[in-house]
Amino acid sequence: MSKRVVNILVPLISIVLGLIIGAIVMAVSGFNPMDGYIALWNGIFMDTYTMGETVRQITPYVFAGLAVAFAFRTGLFNIGVEGQLIMGWLAAAYVGQAFELPTFIHIPLALLAAAAAGALWAFIPGLLKARLQVHEVIVTIMMNYIALHVANALIEVISGGAERTPKIHESASLRSEFFESITDYSRMHWGFLIALLVVILMWFILEKTTRGYELKAVGFNQHASQYAGMNVKKNIVLSMIISGAFAGLGGAMEALGTFENMSKLHGFTGIGFDGIAVALLGANQPFGVLLGAILFGSLKNGGLNMPSEAGVPVEVVSIVIALVIFFVASGYIIRVALERFSKKKKEVK
Amino acid sequence: MEYVIEMLNIRKQFGDFVANDNITLQLKKGEIHALLGENGAGKSTLMNVLFGLYQPEAGTIRVRGKEVKITDPNVANKLGIGMVHQHFMLVENFTVTENIILGSEPTSFGTINIKDASKKVQALSQQYSLNVDPNAKIQDISVGMQQRVEILKTLYRGADILIFDEPTASLTPQEITELMHIMKRLIEEGKSIILITHKLKEIMEVSDRVTVIRKGKGIGTVTTAETDPKGLAELMVGRQVVFKTEKKEPNPKDVVLQIDSLQVADNRGIDKVKGLNLTVRAGEIVGIAGIDGNGQSELIEAITGLRKVKNGKITLNGKDITNLKPRKITESGIGHIPQDRHKHGLVLDFPVGHNIALQTYYQKPISKSGVIDYKKVNEIARKIIEEYDVRSGEGEMSIARSLSGGNQQKAIIGREISRNPDLLIAALPTRGLDVGAIEFIHRRLIEQRDNGKAVLLISFELDEVMNVSDRIAVIYDGSIIDTVLPKETNEQELGLLMAGQSLTEKVGD
Repeated sequence: MSKRVVNILVPLISIVLGLIIGAIVMAVSGFNPMDGYIALWNGIFMDTYTMGETVRQITPYVFAGLAVAFAFRTGLFNIGVEGQLIMGWLAAAYVGQAFELPTFIHIPLALLAAAAAGALWAFIPGLLKARLQVHEVIVTIMMNYIALHVANALIEVISGGAERTPKIHESASLRSEFFESITDYSRMHWGFLIALLVVILMWFILEKTTRGYELKAVGFNQHASQYAGMNVKKNIVLSMIISGAFAGLGGAMEALGTFENMSKLHGFTGIGFDGIAVALLGANQPFGVLLGAILFGSLKNGGLNMPSEAGVPVEVVSIVIALVIFFVASGYIIRVALERFSKKKKEVK
Repeated sequence: MEYVIEMLNIRKQFGDFVANDNITLQLKKGEIHALLGENGAGKSTLMNVLFGLYQPEAGTIRVRGKEVKITDPNVANKLGIGMVHQHFMLVENFTVTENIILGSEPTSFGTINIKDASKKVQALSQQYSLNVDPNAKIQDISVGMQQRVEILKTLYRGADILIFDEPTASLTPQEITELMHIMKRLIEEGKSIILITHKLKEIMEVSDRVTVIRKGKGIGTVTTAETDPKGLAELMVGRQVVFKTEKKEPNPKDVVLQIDSLQVADNRGIDKVKGLNLTVRAGEIVGIAGIDGNGQSELIEAITGLRKVKNGKITLNGKDITNLKPRKITESGIGHIPQDRHKHGLVLDFPVGHNIALQTYYQKPISKSGVIDYKKVNEIARKIIEEYDVRSGEGEMSIARSLSGGNQQKAIIGREISRNPDLLIAALPTRGLDVGAIEFIHRRLIEQRDNGKAVLLISFELDEVMNVSDRIAVIYDGSIIDTVLPKETNEQELGLLMAGQSLTEKVGD
């Protein structure tokens, strides 16, 4: 079997296996798996509206996945994407409603503010890691909590005591009449194109630039990097800043596209944490992350339709989705099985 | 004659690559049989066949005269074959006994009977005079002791045929001597041994017979007493080998490296280099001889900027380079072959091409306005790969990790020499390499000298220092205690100096 065929077969078989086990779980719980999966399918592809919503759901996952993956490539485990995303969301929501500017300035400014806020939130753990060897996992987890409560407090300040920030000005909105018209008024917005650009940007940084070469070298082997005269500490901090900026942009998608404001959060959004799974699904490669986010976002959005259309409760839906992701993530097992299988065949010949 | 193991006409193939081609090895009862070959000649493959990790495509294996099929390591164990691996497989925070019984724990009613096991280990340790404390933790004992634990592990499981895979690679000279005694002791107790190695000295000292393989083919078996290191080396590499590298008289010129009363501390803050003075001129090779741990690592790290200089001065071509950033020092004309090629010399997960660019990736013509031209990177890499004969599966695209040690080292040497540095620092440049690679590297160092460059060689191998250097500076306890000429000294004299005895003055200064 050629490498190419294996590379395509593995994820497909993984998804099918996940769906089969998911079906068993639904059947055992007393629900009709067929109805469940039809509802899932409809929740992703039923009409242009659901498809638009699916794309909207995918968008922040792309950013969260890229953020985690970028830090990973430099040997850092950024668990703080959630907090960086919240700060980016808040910054974009603030800039979006506080000023009135022409669109071509307003949107870039809001995006920049979001990226800067996320970068700042990641800069702190990066600096602590580089200077004092404090483990970034602990600091980023704590920064998530700080972000959550700081954001809630600032929302109150910005809105003068209300539960959410004022709606952003139209000049800062990523909503698009064009997308709305072709997707039956879904909330699909321009953010998806920005996500694609950032995928390419990450690929470019890592695979084409001198800086990317350094970041990867530091990620693989700090000693050799130091030997070659690279500034290891600077690269660690920089990696966190770029990672945080990606996360912040993910937040901006919610602020300028989906919600056009920010409401007080009662808990974490979960997007940042799911970003870890998205990054791993995509093997920390930019285009892999894109595919991972598409899978993740589609299942999430499709799953929303299962309780109403097929009566499958939310809890069971979560299990089914988790099973599919689980099988895709453990694609290695299937790869080995496939190789054994094709080897046996050869020997028989 | 009675053979305990016969591997007859073994053939093992991986895809199109033939790792073992018609190899025969016969082990007599009670002998130490060396298996000799260059890195990548197929020694490990052959032993993995014997140990049941690979199945041969052709050939037969007989154990004590009976034809057997060894389908996995458990079968090998049952046949009394035990392997002492090169990289120990021990749990660091377990005791010796816990490690030895791991996988075959003696249990009574579901609990491990550690006391009985400990007694049995103690008895075995005494029988073979191994001096291992059964209750010590692995992390607390020396590398040599850890190896004895590996030996005990095979004995505990009832092995009477022991395979030693490159057993001396990580041992000190003393530990090597002790290991030789242990091996002889094992033979006295009726065991038989296969010794995998490419070190000729050890073979001459301890083995009874030698089987040589070259590039996957069996070359033959000779009796050790009827051969010499030169003969063995020729069998191994398939051509004449010169142990003494030919070189012209040196022609030293201006001072390139000047070190004045250098003081450097290690990570714990303890002084390791204490007022060291050293001069290296253009057109000469200065060898630093000394026992490991006398300040060599700290000295190199201080020169190359990887470690802070506490006191003293380092100048290169008259320019002060003390405590400059590593990159500044590299750019001012130093090439550095680091002593640990995996830790410092290479990014093992990068392709070879990326690794060859490790010192120049940010300079023109590779990098232009922050963007790397990987075509250029690969083009430059291909040139160096060809010139320095770096062998790998996919050329510059091969991941560095997949190369053999010798080829990794050649890539590093190519990278450092091609930048044409005024001073080349070569730290243990031939560690763990086979005769062919060693010869190649020595010739390159001498060539660099003949081109009017300065070379600083640091080595723990006396042969190497004597053979390559034009001047030998002996380092002891952080300073150079004497400088001698290779022609006017011998191994005994150097040995004394390395142990801290002064030749000219009375001991005790």
